[in-house]
Amino acid sequence: MAAETVLEAQGLTKRFGGVAAVNGMSLSVGKGEILGLIGPNGAGKTTMFDLLAGSVGVSAGTIRLMGRDITGEPAHKRLAGGMARTFQIPRPFPELTLLENMLIARQAQTGERLWANFTAPRRIAAEEAAAKEKALGLLDLVALRRLADEPARVLSGGQRKLLELARVMMADPKVILLDEPAAGVNPALLEVLIARIQEINASGVTFVLIEHNIDMVSRLCSRIVVMAQGALLFQGRPDEVAREPRVIEAYLGGSGA
Amino acid sequence: MNLQFLLDGLIAGSMIGLGAIGVTLTYSILRFSNFAHGDFMAWGAYAALAVVGAIGGSLPMAPLSFGWPLLLAMVVAMGLTALLALTLDWLLFARLRARGQSIIVVMASFGASMALRSLLEFMFTSRPTYFSRAIQIAQPVGFGIRVTADQVALLLLTLALVVGMHLFMQRSQRGREMRAYSQNPALARVVGIDVDKVVRATWIIGAALACASGVMVGVLVQIRPLMGLDLLLPIFAAAILGGIGSVPGAVLGGLIIGLSEAAAVQFVGAEWRAAVAFVILMAVLLVRPMGLFGVAER
Repeated sequence: MAAETVLEAQGLTKRFGGVAAVNGMSLSVGKGEILGLIGPNGAGKTTMFDLLAGSVGVSAGTIRLMGRDITGEPAHKRLAGGMARTFQIPRPFPELTLLENMLIARQAQTGERLWANFTAPRRIAAEEAAAKEKALGLLDLVALRRLADEPARVLSGGQRKLLELARVMMADPKVILLDEPAAGVNPALLEVLIARIQEINASGVTFVLIEHNIDMVSRLCSRIVVMAQGALLFQGRPDEVAREPRVIEAYLGGSGA
Repeated sequence: MNLQFLLDGLIAGSMIGLGAIGVTLTYSILRFSNFAHGDFMAWGAYAALAVVGAIGGSLPMAPLSFGWPLLLAMVVAMGLTALLALTLDWLLFARLRARGQSIIVVMASFGASMALRSLLEFMFTSRPTYFSRAIQIAQPVGFGIRVTADQVALLLLTLALVVGMHLFMQRSQRGREMRAYSQNPALARVVGIDVDKVVRATWIIGAALACASGVMVGVLVQIRPLMGLDLLLPIFAAAILGGIGSVPGAVLGGLIIGLSEAAAVQFVGAEWRAAVAFVILMAVLLVRPMGLFGVAER
């Protein structure tokens, strides 16, 4: 890989009781890449995301984000460090408006400090206005701006995925982990989603994508990592993966090579 | 008919409402019923009393029974009460919360409540005390209602605190984070909310408002170690009536409870006063458990 490495995991392991959901998995993601992460159900893909994003702690292994070891950092630090994730089943804050859902995700503002609301009201107001403008711009990007003042519970499943993509953009991430963005999204909205991912990627943001929709993966990803039983099975270009016997066998549930 | 009960109810209700804000926030964000909340009120009142004593003199600003030393003392006491709540959280609640069973935290708050109350009795005895022993003349304002200058001042202070609190929750980033965290703690973590800061803000706000409420009870009635315990049931009734998690709901709930209590004294008999909050609490739980502004659990 020519490009510099943005995200690197080595020997990641997560045990739940006696079961290793992820077992010595390594991967590295280059700057500006869209990496596909695929594998049969139960291969440990989502657990891998949980480990990378910091939702759960690792049992063993190291994670580096732009060269910096972040293995022990909590989720909000990793987000501040430039890595965001979305969920398989997106759940916005139901009673907050779309705009508020967006504003929640902005990073380290003066308004966060209790006292600053009284001591520096003008700066707070300026930051608030800038964040609002950015949030509305991103909502526009995902075609949700007209719903900005509605509570998020009114959104369809597909719209929630778009909201989530817009929300993670609020933190200006360098890397976005997308967990099954296409699942449950209607075909028209899916085209919007793919186009937005490509646009955001063109602006220099790196993606890692868990996806079962092979058409979407082949269109977006230049390289695919295949996981099975918590470990790396194969990695390569989409056409290589499609031809690889071990991958086909893992998906068809063969008795093992 | 004597309409004085309306004013009495409004005043009792605003003190209950201020207390209920803390209970409703603790319940929705930290996910437990904090039975020590009433004792934050008592500690706040005694803290203010101690600070007033340290400053020396009350310098009343006529026609009020108190002056700027008490207002200053109240601000200092709000900070001290917040510190008490944070210390208690660090010593006790945070450790138990980490184990994930909220009933244990609730029981611990019972214990903390008893300990805090006993400490007050130990330090200040259980004899009632006052910020000022001056007698205020209530002025007639029409419809047979009489009101003292203190009552007007404290109603205005309550109004200011409640409006400020509402704006903080709706407009500021931290307030937004607190609402978000109460709706979905797991998601709040992953979208980058610093949970520790949300927890801290919840304690600080709840305890500071409890202190303000305690000082008001102290000014208008008296200061006793049991003052918070006596208000605990009306406060919980108000928080639940208003809908857990809702700041305006807590205040409205407080006003309804206060007015109902005062009406009960007027029309039914003073011995029924304490039963009112209980009856309302039961009725709300049976008929509309999510309260006035609450959201049904999904």
